[in-house]
Amino acid sequence: MTIEIKTAKMDTIRNTFGHIARRFGDKPATRYQEATYDIAAQTNFHYKPLWDQDHELNDPSRTAITMEDWYALKDPRQFYYGTYVQNRARMQENAESNFGFFDKRDLADKLPEGMKERLIKHLIPLRHVEHTANLNNMYCTAYANYCTAVAQATLFEGMDRFGNAQYYARIGLAIDGNTGDSLAAAKEEWMNNPIWQGLRAYCEKTLTIDDWFETFIAQNIVLDTLVDNLYFEQYDAWLTENNAGDILMLTEFMRERSRESQRWSDSLLKTVINENRQNADQVKSWISTWRIRAQSALEPLANDLLSDDALAEAYSALATRLKKIGLAD
Amino acid sequence: MSTKKLNLKDKYRLLTRDLDWDFSYEDRKDAFPFEEFEGIKITDWDKWEDPFRLTMDAYWKYQAEKEKKLYAIYDAFSQNNGHLNVTDARYVNAIKIFLTAVSPGELAAHSGFAFTGRHMGGIGARIAAQMQSLDELRHIQTQIHAMSHYNKFFDGFDEFSHMHDRVWYISVVKSFFDDARSAGPFEFMVAIGFSFEYVLTNLLFVPFMSGAAYNGDMATVTFGFSAQSDEARHMTLGLEIIKFLLEQHEDNVPIVQKWIDKWLWRGYRILTVVAMMMDYMLPQKVMSWKEAWELYFEQAGGALFKDLERYGIKMPDYTDLIKAEKEHLSHQAWWTFYTNSQATAFHTWIPSNQELDWLSEKYPETFDKYYRPRWEMAKEMADKGERYYNEGLPQLCQTCQIPMIYTDVQNDPRDIVYRSTKYQGERFHFCSDQCQHIFENEPEKYVHSWLPVHQIFQGNCGGPGGLEKVMDYYKLDVGKANMDYVGSPDEERWKTWKGVA
Ligand SMILES: [Fe+2]
Ligand SMILES: [Fe+2]
Ligand SMILES: [Zn+2]
Repeated sequence: MTIEIKTAKMDTIRNTFGHIARRFGDKPATRYQEATYDIAAQTNFHYKPLWDQDHELNDPSRTAITMEDWYALKDPRQFYYGTYVQNRARMQENAESNFGFFDKRDLADKLPEGMKERLIKHLIPLRHVEHTANLNNMYCTAYANYCTAVAQATLFEGMDRFGNAQYYARIGLAIDGNTGDSLAAAKEEWMNNPIWQGLRAYCEKTLTIDDWFETFIAQNIVLDTLVDNLYFEQYDAWLTENNAGDILMLTEFMRERSRESQRWSDSLLKTVINENRQNADQVKSWISTWRIRAQSALEPLANDLLSDDALAEAYSALATRLKKIGLAD
Repeated sequence: MSTKKLNLKDKYRLLTRDLDWDFSYEDRKDAFPFEEFEGIKITDWDKWEDPFRLTMDAYWKYQAEKEKKLYAIYDAFSQNNGHLNVTDARYVNAIKIFLTAVSPGELAAHSGFAFTGRHMGGIGARIAAQMQSLDELRHIQTQIHAMSHYNKFFDGFDEFSHMHDRVWYISVVKSFFDDARSAGPFEFMVAIGFSFEYVLTNLLFVPFMSGAAYNGDMATVTFGFSAQSDEARHMTLGLEIIKFLLEQHEDNVPIVQKWIDKWLWRGYRILTVVAMMMDYMLPQKVMSWKEAWELYFEQAGGALFKDLERYGIKMPDYTDLIKAEKEHLSHQAWWTFYTNSQATAFHTWIPSNQELDWLSEKYPETFDKYYRPRWEMAKEMADKGERYYNEGLPQLCQTCQIPMIYTDVQNDPRDIVYRSTKYQGERFHFCSDQCQHIFENEPEKYVHSWLPVHQIFQGNCGGPGGLEKVMDYYKLDVGKANMDYVGSPDEERWKTWKGVA
């Protein structure tokens, strides 16, 4: 038998805020709804930004993408601050115990001969790629500020990517006895090894993009899909085959997170291209530009990391993803 | 394998500071294009001292714990109809002001810190700004969720977002954040990070949260407490940015001084509403505005500026004026709102005799002489059924956007201060020398101010057709959310809940 505790129910005069009721009717709203919809300033801005006199402070026209209602780009995960940090706190707890396990069992010492050097050359430099992703998503947050549904999701993505960068750095510390030598060596690779220079140039280039939605495409769609496939599919398999599967514990956070975040970026992009023809055409044109750039950027890395057909496999993963979104070419 | 123990500073350097690199393929200025136009000179970002060395995983962990506790209390609060525990329904008007005027400022801060968190060239400063951007998002969202329950039982909360872009007194706060956001990244950091967070937070948040604590408002006091450790981080960041700019180059000193002078004044003008809240709106008073000002600004702020002296920074020269204004601020403000409350989304009232006595006691130099007679007259008129409302629209200060209500407190506190200047053939009006100076330093910026009263006259607030149209434009629920508390639906419901006739 369940006993129902009686609480005093009082008559309410309304169930939610006016702007929420206009969208969803006057009924009890979710916390995601009240924390997200229509809270950003929209009109009657006082001053022109000194750094961009042609636009308003919050201004949808900073991108070529147009939306009847930008809040259609909602987050299927329904992350607002509270749900976001609580979710990531659980994931980091798991990551923490993985790092702890790795350390306690001295798994670094059990890596096969030459594996640490390979990780320094191939894996640790990814932290700089993650740092770029942090900046690129912050860029989206700064300019999508007229729509909190987008701005908060890209902020969460940006902070996640900063977290990723720190986890890659910690992998370095886990294999170099906390000296930081592996990080210095990995940065040397990033700066000077020819296999990384294409990707580094790609990263630097994304940081100079003007249209924030193009930034979103170049980073979260094109580059992330390719790099994720190379690392979380192909390189993972390679590590496992080469007796270094323990490393997968240390990248679990990044792998899981990326899968989850794709749900959001897929749904966002799908909504954008289904909005109108111009959006779809614009997105396609950005994608074709950046996938060509990514090709030359990633080729030397993919060849050295895996094999000469690794990148082709990553591109077919990208094609599959785009097709699923509705962007078959 | 032997494992070295890393100290926090080294660890932070390895985990964070080393992530950035010197560009080889693009001009770094194209990636960080706004670092120079303000005239600030950064010679070496490596000199940035990280104010708190928080890694992202630690951030998630701490913040999640705080959120979990906070929302548990919110749930309990609404389940138990926590709104019934406030001292009196008049109190709720204080948090209506908070939600409509302050909370949207949190979102503006979030957006501004996202901008600086993307655009500052140094990674240490950037990450600190990004975390603050995330915190400020937390603040608006936790505030909305706290007020969500009150909104179901009281008028005046429901259109907070719509009003933020439109209503006359709220544009004071919006223009403050718009001003900061439209400036360059370094001015923003000084404006919000330093002047607002470091110097003024104690005078804005602490009074509201203490007011909540004294008046039984569990929801508000809980988010106040929960935000405290965020604010502590924000304050250290604010101080760090100032010290960093001052140490980078001597040419930065006069620029930073100008920003401090401007932003302390801008912030101080906003505090007018806090002064009024403390002295008039809390059924259970915490302390007078004058006492708060002395405690949190004259003492704490004095020590801070002593500390900055070695960099060549001086206390703004208007501090004597604000010292004198503390005797008048709250009284002038409440009177303004009382006489214009047909156009406010909160209720006003005449202080009770007991409250008048309290004010006389707290303001012995000024209250009986200048303000008490006004309230006694207002009461007489109201008793006769001639409750006084100001029919006309007030003239606004071009800079701070507050109606011309401030008087010449250093000479004759009965005289309203009017200042004006001509720019490109047009005359602009100000409430003070300080607001005039701010305008004169950047007239191209301030000529664009969206002044609510001008906009009404130009027919941009619901079109021609008088105040009724304006109220529609505001979505102000006339007869419910505005005017006197006495006789309002809020009062009626409160009496029913409390079983008083
Ligand atoms: Fe805040
Ligand atoms: Fe803050
Ligand atoms: Zn003014």
